[in-house]
Amino acid sequence: MSAAGAAGMVLQVAATAAGAPLVVGGMRQVRARLEGRAGAGWAQPWRDLRKQLGKQRIDPAGTTVVFAAAPFLLAGTSLLIAAIVPAVTTASPLDPVGDLFAVVGLLLVGTVALTLAGIDTGTAFGGMGASREVTIAALVEPTVLVAGFALSVPVHSSNLGEIVAATVGDPGRVASPAAMLAFAALAVVVVAETGRLPVDNPATHLELTMVHEAMILEYTGPRLALIEWAAAVRLTVLLALLANLFVPWGVADAGSGTVGLLVGLLAVAGKVLVFAVVLAGVEVFLAKLRLFRVPELLAGSFLLGLLAVTTSYFLAAPG
Amino acid sequence: MGLFAAIRRVGRIAEPAPPRPESSAAPTLVRGSLQLRHVDAGSCNGCEIELGGCFSPVYDAERYGARLVASPRHADGLLVTGVVTRNMAQALRDTVEATPQPRVVIAVGDCARNCGEFAGGYGVLGPVSDVVAVDAEVPGCQPTPTEIIHVLRQVTGR
Amino acid sequence: MSGPVLAAVLAAVTVLACLAVLAAPSRALPSVAGAGAGVVGAVGVVYGVAAISGGLAPVSVGWLVPLAGLRLAADATSGLFMVVTGAVGVVVGIYTAGYAAHGHMGRTPLSVLPLFLACMLGVPLADSVTTFLFLWELMALSSLLLVLAEARRREVRDAGVWCAAMTHLGFVAVLVGLVVFAAAAGAEGFPELSASAASLSPATRSAVFLLTVAGFGSKAGLVPLHAWLPRAHPEAPGPVSALMSAAMVNLGIYGILRVDVTLLGPGPRWWGLALLAAGAVTAVYGVLQAAVATDLKRLLAYSTSENMGLICVALGTAMLLTASGIPAVAAVAMTAALVHLVGHAAFKSLGFLAAGAVAAATGLRDLDAFGGLAPRMPTTTAAFGIAALGASGLPLGCGFVGEWLLLQSLVHALPAGGTMVALVMPLTVGVVALTTGLGTAAMVKAFGVGFLARPRSAEAERASEVGRAMAVGMGLAALACGVLAVAPAVLAPALSRVLPELPAGAGTPQPRLGALLRLPGVGGSMSPALLALGVAAGVLLAFGATQWRARRRPAPRTAELWACGGGALTARMQYTATSFAEPLQRVFDGVLRPDVELAVTHYSQAPYLVAKVTYRSRLRDTVETSLYTPVIRAVAAAARIARRAHMGSIHAYLAYGAAGLIVALLVAR
Ligand code: SF4
Repeated sequence: MSAAGAAGMVLQVAATAAGAPLVVGGMRQVRARLEGRAGAGWAQPWRDLRKQLGKQRIDPAGTTVVFAAAPFLLAGTSLLIAAIVPAVTTASPLDPVGDLFAVVGLLLVGTVALTLAGIDTGTAFGGMGASREVTIAALVEPTVLVAGFALSVPVHSSNLGEIVAATVGDPGRVASPAAMLAFAALAVVVVAETGRLPVDNPATHLELTMVHEAMILEYTGPRLALIEWAAAVRLTVLLALLANLFVPWGVADAGSGTVGLLVGLLAVAGKVLVFAVVLAGVEVFLAKLRLFRVPELLAGSFLLGLLAVTTSYFLAAPG
Repeated sequence: MGLFAAIRRVGRIAEPAPPRPESSAAPTLVRGSLQLRHVDAGSCNGCEIELGGCFSPVYDAERYGARLVASPRHADGLLVTGVVTRNMAQALRDTVEATPQPRVVIAVGDCARNCGEFAGGYGVLGPVSDVVAVDAEVPGCQPTPTEIIHVLRQVTGR
Repeated sequence: MSGPVLAAVLAAVTVLACLAVLAAPSRALPSVAGAGAGVVGAVGVVYGVAAISGGLAPVSVGWLVPLAGLRLAADATSGLFMVVTGAVGVVVGIYTAGYAAHGHMGRTPLSVLPLFLACMLGVPLADSVTTFLFLWELMALSSLLLVLAEARRREVRDAGVWCAAMTHLGFVAVLVGLVVFAAAAGAEGFPELSASAASLSPATRSAVFLLTVAGFGSKAGLVPLHAWLPRAHPEAPGPVSALMSAAMVNLGIYGILRVDVTLLGPGPRWWGLALLAAGAVTAVYGVLQAAVATDLKRLLAYSTSENMGLICVALGTAMLLTASGIPAVAAVAMTAALVHLVGHAAFKSLGFLAAGAVAAATGLRDLDAFGGLAPRMPTTTAAFGIAALGASGLPLGCGFVGEWLLLQSLVHALPAGGTMVALVMPLTVGVVALTTGLGTAAMVKAFGVGFLARPRSAEAERASEVGRAMAVGMGLAALACGVLAVAPAVLAPALSRVLPELPAGAGTPQPRLGALLRLPGVGGSMSPALLALGVAAGVLLAFGATQWRARRRPAPRTAELWACGGGALTARMQYTATSFAEPLQRVFDGVLRPDVELAVTHYSQAPYLVAKVTYRSRLRDTVETSLYTPVIRAVAAAARIARRAHMGSIHAYLAYGAAGLIVALLVAR
């Protein structure tokens, strides 16, 4: 464990925690501008969070500790993921603690906590949202792991820091067909995991079309703030991960000094910004898919992942 | 890329913001961010159309921090339109009860303020203030988006 | 203690326990039965630990088993299975003391319980074909008696018939396989078989492999030989299903490990591939059925099938990699199989015990009628939650480490394994991932819809927490789950002795299961304990963050559910287990093939108004309906034809006898 790594980890957790709502605000702003509106400004999610934290908490009658604990578990796992992934630095001291599979598992733990909370309310919409969310999560899983497989084969490691570090050392890898296929597969995964269009519409008010929103309809005040913040953190971390897996330049490593860490921070912030703007821009052109069309999308991305693995093998070892 | 060309051609639709109005006496907590849940207590749907206009690209109420949400649990304010009919009175009370404190109730339109056009109707219980406490009112039948946004801005202070 | 002493103690304790249950006064029956099973289990644990430590002399008693005598020997592999079985036995024993007090199990099943446990402890000890088959059959028969504990109910009798038929078909396969093996090798002791396995012809070896894998696979619930499992496990009483699902199915894996991997192996690559394919099909099929099941115990039974599939995938991978010359990764796969086996025993026994507790408290098994158990049965709910976390293979749960190791072995096999491995491994990763995802869906459904929300039936409404003995039993199992989840290092000493005995682990560096799991030869590490700590720290941070502006907040209050303004919600408006799984059922329509009937009746005067909609959907086991039903029909038809010969006339029977004799003489000549 290096001091630079530890500092980088603290830096990236703090930056994600503070910056995630801004990413969401920025994406809303991009969407607003493309729709011809002026928009609420990129800091609006922080204003919303600040206000929600000062509001009253309402405990719906009949809910159990699961409902009360779920936001904290969701936020806790999201923070841990933010500490593990190579966003600012590849040398996070937690990197050996959790590899790609553990990170995917932690994401799923947060999702499961929220679905259980949705069921716990005992309302029809809570159960409906939970059922849909779990269905999507179950079908996303193969794609994530197969795409992760494609990325970890050339590096002989599934630890994210090592994968990113290896790509920095061998830039040609990014342009390989395997990496591109894996990128496409992972991009679909990020969209599905974070409930963006076309899998889920984050701005919908119609309960019957909801997935993520339906589970949190009963939350108020501080707990609601925590859930929205954690959702933003998950989106930001996944975007940062996607960015650094395929465009790793600038990321700090175990030997970086203060300047290196700052460069790493700026680099990842810039990359996330670009990815977020692109994602928001593409969303304007998309309509939400019917729920039963989503499996087709995910099956397609699974095939991309599978192709990525096989090409990575056949290109690496011809014959 | 027909849509892309349309976006380029149209550009910004939102009209320039009018000068900021005086802040109202609403709770200071909701300054800058006001999530709204709309309740139709018995309206003729004229007010709804104007509310829809408020959040359209032309008026863009979102730039002042107001936003429509799906659940009163998430909301700070209720937009109540129309007279309170007998069938909707309890629903209105429940919705206010479901909204966490601090909250504002905004009566939109003459019907909501004083029964307007429908005063004396057999199904009418009364204006909104007879059923729940009202914090702000938007006069007019129907009120224009500009008038509604004026009141919203008084609450959000933006 | 030496081998003979331990064996004698085990036998004596078993006999005493059975007799004690038979003789105990009715009032003391539950405690005596629980204590009996618990003590047998404890002896098993001690025996197993001694076996793992090594140096137990083989036992040979010439007069005990007909033909060849009883031969027992314990190596570390046997020891591991004995410890698992014994530990499950201890937990189940304690639990039974409370469960039997509800009057759910009569004296006969309770007296068979210690015998069943002892047989399961004995199977891994067997050191010759005869002894193995003898104990295997005794185990099968005693399990059958236990399944039939509530034989008054029709479903139980049905399950018993399935269980008996399939178990014996499996037994015949194992019997034929082992007899062929012994005949070809010219000996029946396991050491002699092992020595001469290499000299057998490939055809014989493959025949023995296929027969024994089929036989053992039917015990472990591999598709398509799983049909008895989702019938028998749900119908058995709670403690018995826990024993069957957490201990008995393991012995199917033990059989494969002992006979096919160790004695016969290392085999050609297609053996590994075959095992891997069987495991993969089982895993996906099992988890899919679990995801749409509405009967809690049936769901758990299918989940058992799924996990046995995953273990077979790991075993198959280990065999394949050994045959492909990648021993270091093969050792990882083998470790994955063993770790997952132990983890599965922990969470599945807990799951079945909790399901049994709910059944004892409410008489319910149908998840659609559950709900609202969390405030009424908090201990049971917590126990099931821990089991479900383990079963879904998520971090913080005790199924995660095994699945992580399995994934690592699949990923790192690729670079050196050749084209075959390159094509198989990604698909297998997909299968394992899909299994994890669907397993999570199944467990969210079981725990969420079953235990949270509001009660959907009067029985669930009236539920109350179970007694102390059952709670202690579940608590012990939950403790085991917790320890395995954060500190898999406790298995390290045992594994370090087991692995060198297996072809996959011999002579290679082993995975290190310390605080940080490290694998030989590959980068890739993970620490379940630190992950748990990290989540705890994250939760604390999140809690701290919500304290910002907390003093300005109005006091929290409790309010009725908003529920989108729908007014008073009734419990019928909730999502049930059926509705929860409906999207998955639609996505996997082609595999599950549900019978759906939808009838819409319109008003005769107004054809656009709907008077009534009826919807009925029924899910059956597709493999069962498409594979077994034709076979059963054919057998029944054959039996009907054969019945014509039975006309009840003594002359006819005499004629049959004479004809038979003549045929026999002709053949013998
Ligand atoms: S105020 Fe006018 S427009 Fe609004 S509901 Fe009443 S009648 Fe309709």
